[in-house]
Amino acid sequence: MIRIENLSKVFHPGTVNENVALRGVNLTVKEGDFITIVGSNGAGKTTLFNAISGNQPPTDGRIFVNDVDVTRDPEYKRAQYIGRIFQDPLLGTASNMALEDNMMICHRKGFKGLRISLNSRMRRYFREQLVQLEMGLEDRMKDNVGLLSGGQRQALTLLMMVLSEPALILLDEHTAALDPKNASLVLKLTQDFISRFGLTAMMITHNMKDAIEYGNRLLMMDKGEIILDVEGEQKRNLTVEKLVEKFHQIRHRTLESDEVMLSDT
Amino acid sequence: MIEGIFVEGLIYGLMVLGVFITFRILDFPDLTVDGSFPLGAAITAVMITNDYGMGITLAVAFAGGAAAGVCTALIHNKLKVPNLLAGILTMTMLWSINIRVLGNRANLPLLRRQTIISDVLELTRGVLPREWALLLFFLLLAFVIKLLLDAFFRTDLGLTLGAMGDNQQMVVNQGVNPEVLKIIGVGLSNALVALSGAFAAQYQGFADVNLGQGIIIAGLASVMIGEFVLRSNKIFALTLRVLIGSICFRGLMYLGRYYGFYINLTPSDLQLITGVLIIVLLAITQLRGQGRWKGVQQQEPATVAPGTTDAGTPVDGGER
Repeated sequence: MIRIENLSKVFHPGTVNENVALRGVNLTVKEGDFITIVGSNGAGKTTLFNAISGNQPPTDGRIFVNDVDVTRDPEYKRAQYIGRIFQDPLLGTASNMALEDNMMICHRKGFKGLRISLNSRMRRYFREQLVQLEMGLEDRMKDNVGLLSGGQRQALTLLMMVLSEPALILLDEHTAALDPKNASLVLKLTQDFISRFGLTAMMITHNMKDAIEYGNRLLMMDKGEIILDVEGEQKRNLTVEKLVEKFHQIRHRTLESDEVMLSDT
Repeated sequence: MIEGIFVEGLIYGLMVLGVFITFRILDFPDLTVDGSFPLGAAITAVMITNDYGMGITLAVAFAGGAAAGVCTALIHNKLKVPNLLAGILTMTMLWSINIRVLGNRANLPLLRRQTIISDVLELTRGVLPREWALLLFFLLLAFVIKLLLDAFFRTDLGLTLGAMGDNQQMVVNQGVNPEVLKIIGVGLSNALVALSGAFAAQYQGFADVNLGQGIIIAGLASVMIGEFVLRSNKIFALTLRVLIGSICFRGLMYLGRYYGFYINLTPSDLQLITGVLIIVLLAITQLRGQGRWKGVQQQEPATVAPGTTDAGTPVDGGER
């Protein structure tokens, strides 16, 4: 469904600050894939997401969605079929607007007209959808989103994104800023939605255990390259130790004791 | 006298609604206002002098303001110029344009011309005293426009516009082009400002290129006063308090003009007073702590219970 060919991104080319974030990445994402992506800081994970979502154009290479070249399409156009959730829970919702207003804005993708769609039928529909979050948000639909907790906001963002039925969802460490309890809650919801709606998803995580536990395919990135791509049976047999060992074999150096290891809780 | 303050407040209130849209809803500090206000006045004066009908005159003034706003938004969008600079550019260019519109003059009187004011007075002659007739008319007018605006901000497009100033990334994520929203928002804002200018010219009986001087500051002061009067997140209350703020501001200015001379104030000092007023309002907001949206009655930050979450500061949304 998504085909990425020879994707490169160089920041500040030709200067002393030149920084190669992606080096000729090739990747094919099949429909229904749930890919988890691990890698240390600066491995190029977020840059890859930025290139796919259109947030930052790549220096070189092409991106195809269903065999259509979208490499130069602006972000807002791709957002019609790509949903993205950021690490920062504040980025997915408008704080100073009521919960129901937020849901209305996210209900349908693309340019909005002068219709007043937020009626009692719509409110009932939103209510029914909010119930499945089991956070009691269905009784707070007139409250400003700014009053919700980070976990609640992230869960709401997730729900709103799923309801707009995107072809691909990009999750950029969307639980990293939450406390452990909320993080696992949001992660569980994510898994639930993805399997229930048959979504295609890519999820960056710093937590190796999560990366192994969730999804059907795992990518490991390092220095702008995908160094490991396992799926199916092979992925199910992975453990954190095996993953670290694999990294050592491929890169001939030990995985630095950064967050990749530390967040292994 | 009090009717005069209300009438002025309501006429300028349309301008303040425009300023509210850009500054508060879009988070796009737009200085075009200083040029689009006299543009509306100039268009109106010229068209009335040339015996055009009132409907078409107001429509052209509205469209002229919209064009000025679109121009600012385009400069900002296409050339990636900061929004403040884009507004200043349009405002500066408008000064020349306004003189052209007025027929290479700096002002144009509307003495003995048929204006909306004379129409209203004609219609209510013998029924209502002059001041009350005007007050009633402008009260109706301002409320119709306010209600139309409320309805607009309840539409899908209006809601998205509301999210724009709050969180542009979210708008982009919904597949909406933020540049188009800016064009619509800034255009609508300046159209209202020009409409306000159109009525102001008729009320004052002349159009002048310098009519817009300091208008943006007056608008901002009015918006801020309104925020002190009423706190809410409902669009009905938000636009209502804009009008109330505008009336209060005109009242203050009236006091300055009328009683100011006891302390040696001249009308030319009013700009300074407006600026100081804004600074004081900003300082009070700061002193109140992060309580941007808290009730006016909560004067002491120390008494604020830890449980009262603040809707205004998004930081409180995170659980960290």
